[in-house]
Order: sequence, then structure tokens, then C-alpha cells
Amino acid sequence: MLGVLLLALLANITVIQVVLAGDYRDRPGNQRNLLEEYDRERGPILVGPNPVARSVETGNTLTYLREYDNGPLYAPITGFYSLVYGATGLERTENRVLTGRSSLFVVDRAEQLFAGREPRGGAVTTTIDARAQRAAFTGLRGKRGAVVAIEPATGRVLASVQSPSFDPNILSSHDPEAIREYYATLEADPAKPLLNRPIVSLNPPGSTFKVVTAAAALASGRFTPDSVLPGPRSYNLPDSIKKIRNWNGLPCGPDNLVTLREALEISCNTAFAWLGNELGADALRTQAEAMGFETSFEIPLRAAASRFPADPDDPQTAMSAIGQFDVRATALQMAMVAAAVGNNGRVMEPYLVQEVRGPDLAVLKTTEPTAFGEAMTPLNAVQLADMMVGVVEDGTGSNAQIPGVRVAGKTGTAQTGNDNPAVAWFIAFAPAESPEVAVAVVVEDAGAAEVSGNQLAAPIARSVIEAVLRR
Amino acid sequence: MTTTAASATTTEGRQPRRRNTELLLLVFAWGIGLLGTLQVGWAIGSEPDSGLWITSGVVGLLALVMHVVVRFRAPYADPILLPMATLLTILGLMMIYRIDIAAARRAELNGSPTPTPDVYSQLTWFTIAVILFVAVLLLLRDHRVLQRYTYTLGLLGLILLVLPLAPIIGTTVNGATLWVRVGGLSFQPAEMAKILLTIFFAGYLVEKRDSLALVRTKVLGLGLPRLKDLGPLVVAWLVSLAVLIFERDLGTSLLFFGLFVAMLYIATQRRSWLVIGGLLFLAGAVLAYYLFGHVRLRVMVWLDPWTYATNEGYQIVQSLFGLANGGILGAGIGQGFPNLVPFANTDFIVAALGEELGVTGLIALLLAYAILIERGLRTAITVRDPFGQLLAAGLSITLALQVFVIVGGVTRLIPLTGLTTPFLSYGGSSLIANWIIIALLLRISDRARRPVITPPSSDEALTQVVRRA
Repeated sequence: MLGVLLLALLANITVIQVVLAGDYRDRPGNQRNLLEEYDRERGPILVGPNPVARSVETGNTLTYLREYDNGPLYAPITGFYSLVYGATGLERTENRVLTGRSSLFVVDRAEQLFAGREPRGGAVTTTIDARAQRAAFTGLRGKRGAVVAIEPATGRVLASVQSPSFDPNILSSHDPEAIREYYATLEADPAKPLLNRPIVSLNPPGSTFKVVTAAAALASGRFTPDSVLPGPRSYNLPDSIKKIRNWNGLPCGPDNLVTLREALEISCNTAFAWLGNELGADALRTQAEAMGFETSFEIPLRAAASRFPADPDDPQTAMSAIGQFDVRATALQMAMVAAAVGNNGRVMEPYLVQEVRGPDLAVLKTTEPTAFGEAMTPLNAVQLADMMVGVVEDGTGSNAQIPGVRVAGKTGTAQTGNDNPAVAWFIAFAPAESPEVAVAVVVEDAGAAEVSGNQLAAPIARSVIEAVLRR
Repeated sequence: MTTTAASATTTEGRQPRRRNTELLLLVFAWGIGLLGTLQVGWAIGSEPDSGLWITSGVVGLLALVMHVVVRFRAPYADPILLPMATLLTILGLMMIYRIDIAAARRAELNGSPTPTPDVYSQLTWFTIAVILFVAVLLLLRDHRVLQRYTYTLGLLGLILLVLPLAPIIGTTVNGATLWVRVGGLSFQPAEMAKILLTIFFAGYLVEKRDSLALVRTKVLGLGLPRLKDLGPLVVAWLVSLAVLIFERDLGTSLLFFGLFVAMLYIATQRRSWLVIGGLLFLAGAVLAYYLFGHVRLRVMVWLDPWTYATNEGYQIVQSLFGLANGGILGAGIGQGFPNLVPFANTDFIVAALGEELGVTGLIALLLAYAILIERGLRTAITVRDPFGQLLAAGLSITLALQVFVIVGGVTRLIPLTGLTTPFLSYGGSSLIANWIIIALLLRISDRARRPVITPPSSDEALTQVVRRA
């Protein structure tokens, strides 16, 4: 009889602690998860040797407070760590490392227990270059847009900046009132500061897409940089009464003819539109996908997949060839395009986390660069790089010139629709012969002219390149 | 024990006394406690302070004292009872220490004054418990002596039970009138009353056993005893209800009633008592549910704690959360949040242990209790006089029922009641009473396992001693 009672007790606790435990843990009102997380010293997120996100001890119920140095500067990377809204950015994706719960730490945890130390989180070192990040942030101030810089040979993300940004310190404070208020302000802001612009915001790439079209042209074997293309003042879209015009209303060359190289240097819409129809949508799409379009990268933050339209008809193909119609790209994607050209055609997978360290700073895991694929043959890539140098030295990208450095680039201005302002782009890599950085700048509230790519975006790209090269 | 000069029969020297086993187990228990306490320090990153070593030393000394007393005054007693009870007490001390630390850290972070650590109070209570333990073993040479005072002790027990209702000295705490405060010291007389009433039941049942066992009337196919014999059961039932009504002590009335029914069953070997008891219990429970708001509330909270999560159900909900946090292997000693559960070091100490030791730890704990109780029941089986049997059984069953009721309440198997967890809970009255139970069990066990000296019978004509079974 007593045995029955004992069995009942044993069965009951087993049910609670094994079967229903997960359920109970997730119940609202269960503070334990929260208290446990805030009871641990969360590991830092580092840029270079400096922590930009770290936990400091407080005297409250929630023992640790998350503080961010230069919060808005690194906000798109760190994300925030909030009582009310959870975690975003690296705070979210690297949570297991930061709380010391990752399986990488098993040995360390056991050691710590016996050594009498408190459970602590590990450190995440990012690939970010502080100077590049800062240059981009300064450049974007007052504008709405994003900058992404990557190292072409490895795929390391050297900068990821958004504007406007937000201050994760407020969102990560211990005051739920303040958190909610601030969040509401951010959500109500039409400029959408909470959006992770650099990797999520999709815009038509405009003329910067011509780099992809040119790459497709070279890949087809039918064209070289010196091939002559028709470049009239306007191009009649097939099966349509609409025309594509050049941005300055002029033909691209004498007798309405222009070489591929020149067409890129002066950003000739008509030539490229014609080229698009010549190559066909499939060729364009294949080239775009080889450079990363239609793939959603996890760096480990999830980037939006840039898009090339699935089945455009001829007029749409022509528009797509100049980066309009339904072509959409993130700053990350366009940086990858530039990086591909600079890296002899090889596309590297972008990544943000350089290494993971244990609480005692021993390195536990390093990210190895991984190739995504070969988008161009090395020969074609070198040729295209040369063409892009021409854009900066002789063409529309003059504001990106840096004395003593061969900078390769491409301007872009995209129309986003009748009411919305245009989007100004600039993509570049330098030094052209052996690039250390590839950058993409997008400014979302630009003026209407083609020059705005050069005026607004190129200088920012230049300052980022300078920051990296002078490292 | 002296032997007759001419005897050549078995004497002390050759029966196994197992006292060394007991010593070994005690050292083991002490070691477990020390390890656990050190782990608390490791987990929170603090160095073990002098208080810890002093406490461990005192505990070890107390255990040793008890062992020595048993070695000389109850040498044949069961070797497992003392170490098990010591282990449980030590685990309780460890957990109380751990909860103290959590409370101290919270206070430190909040800037409020450090609360006085409970572990030292518990240690003091333990010392007093040991003193009384020794006193019982020294003063009570034969448990059968108690049989002479059956009615006296019973009356005393009843008085103690209703003492909290007395005007000046009784106090109501948290809605239950269980406490008596005399000159700054408060204790729960119900704990002692439990023991006295068990002795009373044992004595009474030995006397009246035969008449209770005889079937007189058949009702609904069940053999029921005469009303006059049913009397005491009904009285017990009424008294427990009275306790429930006036003192709002669900737990004790449940225990009390269950104990008496169980002992009746053991004494008479008739299952009908269990049935009657069960029916009466159900009747009482239903009546209580409808009549009393606080009973109804407990049952509602038990059935659906989530609705009451922020008020009355807060305790049980936090307990469940804590247990869930423990999972299979536990959050780790010192790494859970036991102080989120109110009264973590008294009623809900099992929840705190469950959170930090996991289901494996709790199973081990329950098995420790099971072993303790089993040794008590074994004593009941092996002792030769009926009073001893009933007393040992009763004391064991008291422990068993108490553990079941409180662990069941804390884990939401049954509605929550206000019972303490034997040996683990912070609280002097409970600890002292339970150690007295152990002392009594050891005394009975000693007699049970003591070898029988049969006098040499050289003459068949001598009358033989016929022992009543």
C-alpha cells in the first residue's frame, strides 16, 4: 500500500520534470529563463580587440546589464538584447555562445565548476574593421541608406552600416517602460530605423547591375570589352511603344555606336538594354545567381535574397539588364558582385563572425573562408575589373578616385517608382589589381539624376576604401 | 545484558550488531553533505568560509555522539535508521544553507540588510534534537514502558493538538493556527502530539484489538464491527475535522486520520477498516470542500494552478517552474532559483531540491525516505510484542504519510497542505519530533534484534512460557 504511494510520487515528479518540463519552461510568467540569462555574464561582441557589446554587473534583480559602445554605429551587427523584445542581430544568432551554453563550452563549463568560477559566456569576434565602419557611418549621416564592405579574397564583412540607426543601449536597459517607449518611436519612424538595411533592404540596383550584364556578355564568348554595341539616344523596347533613354538624353557614341568598355564607363542605358535582349534573360539570371542572387545568405544574420525576375519577357529583360524592372538587391549582394569581379571571378561566402572564444579567451572556433562559386573566368574578371577602373578614372565614378590607388567602381541610380525618390548606388573595389576591399553604398533618398550615384554614394565608398587601405 | 552463569546459549558476542556498518554509513552521509555544501560554494564562486567548516564539524560531532549512544544503549538496533535520518537532516541543512546564500545575495544586490542565516538556527535545533534523542535512548530502556501510560499520553497529545487555539499563547500564522509562542520561542505542538497520539493509538489498539476484529453486523455485504467498537474511529474522525475547522490545518488532520485508519488495519488485519476509513475520509473531504472556503481554494488551485498563478497559486506555480527547470539532472546545486518559491526552506524545500538536483536527485531523495521507512516497518515486523509492532508501524507510517502528503502537495499530485518535510524542512519542532521518532524506532529495533536468551530447560515439567503471538 505504501508502495503504491511511493510509485505515485515517483511517477508524478517524473512527469513534471521530464515530460512536461519543456512546456512549463515556456509558460508565460516563468521568470526563470530570463533570470538565468540575466544572471550570467554574457560574453562580449568584439570588433578587433575592443568589445562593442558587453555585460556589466548591476545591483538589481537582473544582475547583468548589456551595454553597447557607440550603440548606433554597430547596431545592425550586434542587434539588441531586450527584456521586452527579445534579441536581434548577433545577440540572437550567437546567443548560445554568448551565454556559454554552446556545445563548444562543455569542457570549459566543467572546468569552471571545479575551479569555482561563475558561469560566463564566450566572446564573439566579428570580422568588422572599426575604421571602415566608422567611415561609412560618418558618410551616411543625415541620409537614409546602407553600406556593406567585404574582403573579396575571404568574404569577411568589414563594414555593415545603416542609417538611420538606433541605440541598442536603450532597448537593452532594465526599464521596460523606457524600452517600450523607444521601440514605439522607432517603429513609427517612416525611415524604419529598425530595419537591418545593409542585408535586408532590397532596392533596384539600377546601373550597378550593368556590371552583371557585362559579366554575362563576356561569359557568352560573343563579346569583348572592345566589342561595338549600338548606343543610340533611346532604345525601343521590343513589342512595346516604350523607350529606354540614356540619362543625359544623348547617344553614347558617334554614329550611335559604343564599345562595351565605354558603355560601362558612361553608363549607357541603351547599349545595355540592347545587350540584355541579345543575351536573353536566362543568361542574365545565370550570371546573377552565380554572383549570389536568389540565395539567402546567413552570415549568420539572415540576409534577404536578392532577386532577378523569374520569367521576364523581352521588354522586361531589357529593363532588367539595366537593373530596373523587378531586379532587387541588397547592399550586401552588390558588394559581393564587386568582390567577385575583384577576386578573379570567385565569389566567397560572406561571414560576420571571425572567431569564437571561450571565457578564458582561448579560441574555440574560427570561421574558414568558403567559396560560393566561380561567377566568371579569371580572364573575364580581369577584363571587367579594368573596365570598372575606367568608370572611376574616365567615367561617371570620378568621385571615387584616390590618388595612387587604382579604384574600380560603378555608379548607379535606380528609379523606384513614380513617387519615390531615386536610389543612388556606388559599388567599388580597390586596389583593382589585388583588392583588399569591395564596397557597396546605397543611398535611398537620392535626387533624380544619374550623377547622384557619383555625387552621393561614391564619396562614401571612397572614404571606406581609404579607411581600409590605410589600416 | 547479563547472562546466567550456567548458560551456554547465545549471548551478545556472536550476534551481529552492525554498529560498524552504521558508523561507515554515517561517515558516508556526512561526506555527501560536505560535498554538496562545497558545491554550493563552487557554483556561486565563493570560497568556503569558516562557518561552513564549523558547521560541518558540529554536524559530524553530533552524528558521532548519536552513534556512540546507540552503540552503548541500543547496540542491536537497525544500522540504517540513524545514517538515513542523518543524511536527510544534512541534506536539509545543505539546502537551507544554499537558500540562505541566495537570499543574502539578493539582499546585497538590493542594498537591503542581510537576513540572518537560517542554517545556524537549524543547526541549533538539530543540537537540541540530538540531546532529546540521547535522552530518549538513555531514559527509555524498554518501549513497553510506554504502554502503561497509554491514556495519559493520549490526553497529553490531544491537549497539545488543541493548544494553538488557546487564547494567549496560540498564534495564527499564514492562515493556520498551528503555533504556540512562549517567551519568544515558538513551536508547533502538533509535531509532538503526533508522536503521543501514535503511542496512544498503539496502546489502545493492543487492548481493544480483539473486539475490534470481531465482526458483528453485516452491512451491504461488508463485515462491520459493532458501533461501540467503531466509536474510537469516529472520534478520531471528528477530532481531525475539528482540528481542520478550528486550526485550518489540512495536513495534520489528513495525517492524523490516515494514521489511525492504517494502524487499525494493521492491528485487526481487516480490510473493512480501510474501506470504512476511505469512505469516511471521502465524506469528510467533500463536506470540508463545501463548507470551508480555504479547502475549496486549495482544491481549485490544485486543479488549475495557472489561473491563480499570480496570487494563491503563485507558490505551486513557482514550484512547478522550478521543478521543470531542474529537468533530469537538475540545474545544479547553487545554480537554480529556489528563492523564487515562497517558503523555499520549509514547506517547499523539496521543490528547491528538485530544481537543483533534478528528477534523478528527487528520486534518490524519495528512495532515501523509502529506505528509512522500510527499516522502520521491518522493525515492526521483527519485534515480538504487539505494542512494539504497532508503535513501530505507526511511527513509520506517520513518516510515510507525511512525506507523501507534503511531496505530493508540492508537486501537485494532491492539493497543497501545510505539513513539513521530515528532516529536511527548516523548523525546530519538526526536526526534534522526527528525531524522537528515530530514537523510539531505534529503541524498538534494538529489542527486536536482540537475541533471545532462552534459559536452559533441564526439566520438562517446568511450565513453559507461552508467549502471546
